[in-house]
Amino acid sequence: MNSLKPMRFIGAILFTAIPCTAILGLTFVAGFTATVSAQDEPLVGPKPHVVVKPMESHIGNITGHAADAKSDYRRYCAGCHGEYGDANGENAVWLDPKPRDFTTATFKCRSTLTGTLPTDQDLFNSIGRGFANSNMPIWNVFTKQQRANLVAYIKIFSPRWEHEKAGEPIKIPAEPPVTIESISHGQALFAKLECWKCHGTHGEGDGPSASTLTDSKDNPIRPYNFASGGKDARFKCGSTNEDIYKIFMTGVDGTPMPSFADVIQPNEAWDLVHFLRTLQVNRHGKENEVLMAAHGVIPPYVDRTPAPAAAPPDNKTPGGGQ
Amino acid sequence: MRMWAQSHLCQKPQRITSVLAAALALTCVILGASQSASALPAFARKYGLRCSACHESWPMLNYFGQKFKDNGYQLMNDRDAPIWQNPGYWPVTFRITPIWHRVSTNKVQVDGSAGPGGNEAKITSSGFDLSGLDFHTGGTLEKNFSFYVLPSSDATASFHFETVMARLDNISGSPWFNVKLGKFELDNLLSEKRILTLTANGGIYQLYHFIPLNDHNIFGQMGDNQLGLEVMGHSYSDRTRYSISLLSSNDGQVGLPYGSESYSTFITGSQAFDAGKLGVDRLGFYVMAGVAPTSWLTNMGAPIGGSGTQNKGYSREGFVGQFYFGHRVDLTVVTQHGEDSAWFGQGYGDFVDYTTALCPNANPTGPCNNVAGTTLPAGSRSPTWNGVLLEPHYVVSPQMILLARYETIRMSQQSTPGTASNLGNITTYTFGYRYNPFMTSRAGFAYHGEYNWFHQDGTSPVTATNLTSSELLFGIDFDF
Repeated sequence: MNSLKPMRFIGAILFTAIPCTAILGLTFVAGFTATVSAQDEPLVGPKPHVVVKPMESHIGNITGHAADAKSDYRRYCAGCHGEYGDANGENAVWLDPKPRDFTTATFKCRSTLTGTLPTDQDLFNSIGRGFANSNMPIWNVFTKQQRANLVAYIKIFSPRWEHEKAGEPIKIPAEPPVTIESISHGQALFAKLECWKCHGTHGEGDGPSASTLTDSKDNPIRPYNFASGGKDARFKCGSTNEDIYKIFMTGVDGTPMPSFADVIQPNEAWDLVHFLRTLQVNRHGKENEVLMAAHGVIPPYVDRTPAPAAAPPDNKTPGGGQ
Repeated sequence: MRMWAQSHLCQKPQRITSVLAAALALTCVILGASQSASALPAFARKYGLRCSACHESWPMLNYFGQKFKDNGYQLMNDRDAPIWQNPGYWPVTFRITPIWHRVSTNKVQVDGSAGPGGNEAKITSSGFDLSGLDFHTGGTLEKNFSFYVLPSSDATASFHFETVMARLDNISGSPWFNVKLGKFELDNLLSEKRILTLTANGGIYQLYHFIPLNDHNIFGQMGDNQLGLEVMGHSYSDRTRYSISLLSSNDGQVGLPYGSESYSTFITGSQAFDAGKLGVDRLGFYVMAGVAPTSWLTNMGAPIGGSGTQNKGYSREGFVGQFYFGHRVDLTVVTQHGEDSAWFGQGYGDFVDYTTALCPNANPTGPCNNVAGTTLPAGSRSPTWNGVLLEPHYVVSPQMILLARYETIRMSQQSTPGTASNLGNITTYTFGYRYNPFMTSRAGFAYHGEYNWFHQDGTSPVTATNLTSSELLFGIDFDF
């Protein structure tokens, strides 16, 4: 019984290569040319070339390079976000909500103040976390290096990244204990800040303004329904209390959700977080435990803040100036 | 079932002799090929993702696709339930491959030729051909309730159910507990149902179907879909995963055609590692072990299906490694050590389609039947073997992949003493490319070219010398 002969092996390769070349050349070249052109070059309009600028990202001790992400971007991202990052991938028309337009460099989930660019870490987290209630998957199968490279890659689509620096991450104070008082205060803020107008009185995303909302590209957009989802319900920008806190204080850029950083104090923001958690009726968390201990009733908020010292009679301002 | 037929083609020359003499059996096999791979534009349409998101090159899954599958065909973005789809959405995909191929086998039994090879001749043929047709339908019935049904035909439109399964996902909210019931592909990291190659011998993993010459244990073919119950689980990121399956020992054939109480199990586990710039690499193991019958009640000498008893054991075990070297080059390695009971090695086991006597002490016109008082020939041993599979890929771009495969299987112990130690050894090479001229979420289309060379020691039908075959194939592989 013969063993493998090297010459036979080489012959097999040659035997394959020659007809491969011939048949490819004669049979498929026409198809190749037509279809490659169709794939790589739009049939109408100018073609904005994707130039992979030497953008970088920095995630801890990892440096991401845009050039290394070109293949991954085409494989995983371009179908929705578009080859040119303009949210015009072939699937975009079918998606709701629409994919992010990288050419505007406006990002929903940030740790930075509204209107500023996000940090690399913010974008890195967004890729790995995905976006609940959207078509953006959880890309946590990538290596950290791949994600860092993709963060660098999406910067090539907007000149903002060349001229601006990312904003400073906001400082998040330690979370105070969850109490029925904090939940009550949060409920009062929910009413005072008119969150209910969009999110509805029970947080079900059915407020009177809900049907009128659009994003910055005039696409209809729905406010978050806190009551939806099961025990593992996630918010668009994360699932922790800190993530919710950041949403108030940074806003969700590109949507009607504003930043309340100039309106409420940090401790008030935490109270609002505690209240919003109770709207997630299917979630088992400490907020709902506190609420259950209070027999499911949120008492009316009583402002126990010490009143300011009385002003001299001659300086009294009508209406209190508040 | 295509894989089953091919396996027997390769390892049971005494059975295929008549087929080869009547026609070009390899051609027939590829004619009847039902490439049961699972590239599903229906999923891509549902989620708006390109094929390339889940497939290194469709139908082979990449890591993201594996995670999607492990989540029960869900992205876990709270848009998985059908309620989120347009009511007109219908998750069906069909796949078929028109091809041209040239097939050559060096020793086919023929009448009237008495050359140096005895009544054997080399037959080479070429022409245009078709694969079988697959209708894939799968997805979610509700969040965490998924299904997959795959009616599959040969090239003459004779259908069977290749896959039928329902699955409960994330039981108790945990990704570590998912249950699947029905007929399904085994949880092989390198899945034969997602193989990139199409030729008769290159379109299967020989390692997943190997049966020693004259052995009649068909029940350990890891490449065939099996009937059973699978419990599998994985970490949130799918880095760690396991599965345990309880299977009927019937090689996926419906109707309880074999043993009355014959079961097998298939167990896998793997762990992936973030290898930095190299990518995500994975190491794992698998074990398939079980028992299958060797004794049958008979009616007028013919075995009665479902009456099988006298179970005997078998096992297949090995390691799997998936190694990435950047985003262009990867290598998958699968090893195997296999062992069958000496009873199987002496021809007991499968009786379906059995027409040739192998048992020296049994009914000369029927299958080996381990009835009371039956003894094995003196010195009979459990046949054992070792094998390895290497499959490197070079990803030119998400649209083009170059692939190769080398498989070798070496007998380490023959069942019958004195048998040539290399009898039945297999060596096979495959080279090819797949080019997707476009990438969308609507359909799959690939220009496919492939060459396979197959060699098995001592299995030619007349002279028991080396059998060699080769196949060159070009085709257009598409699904929609």
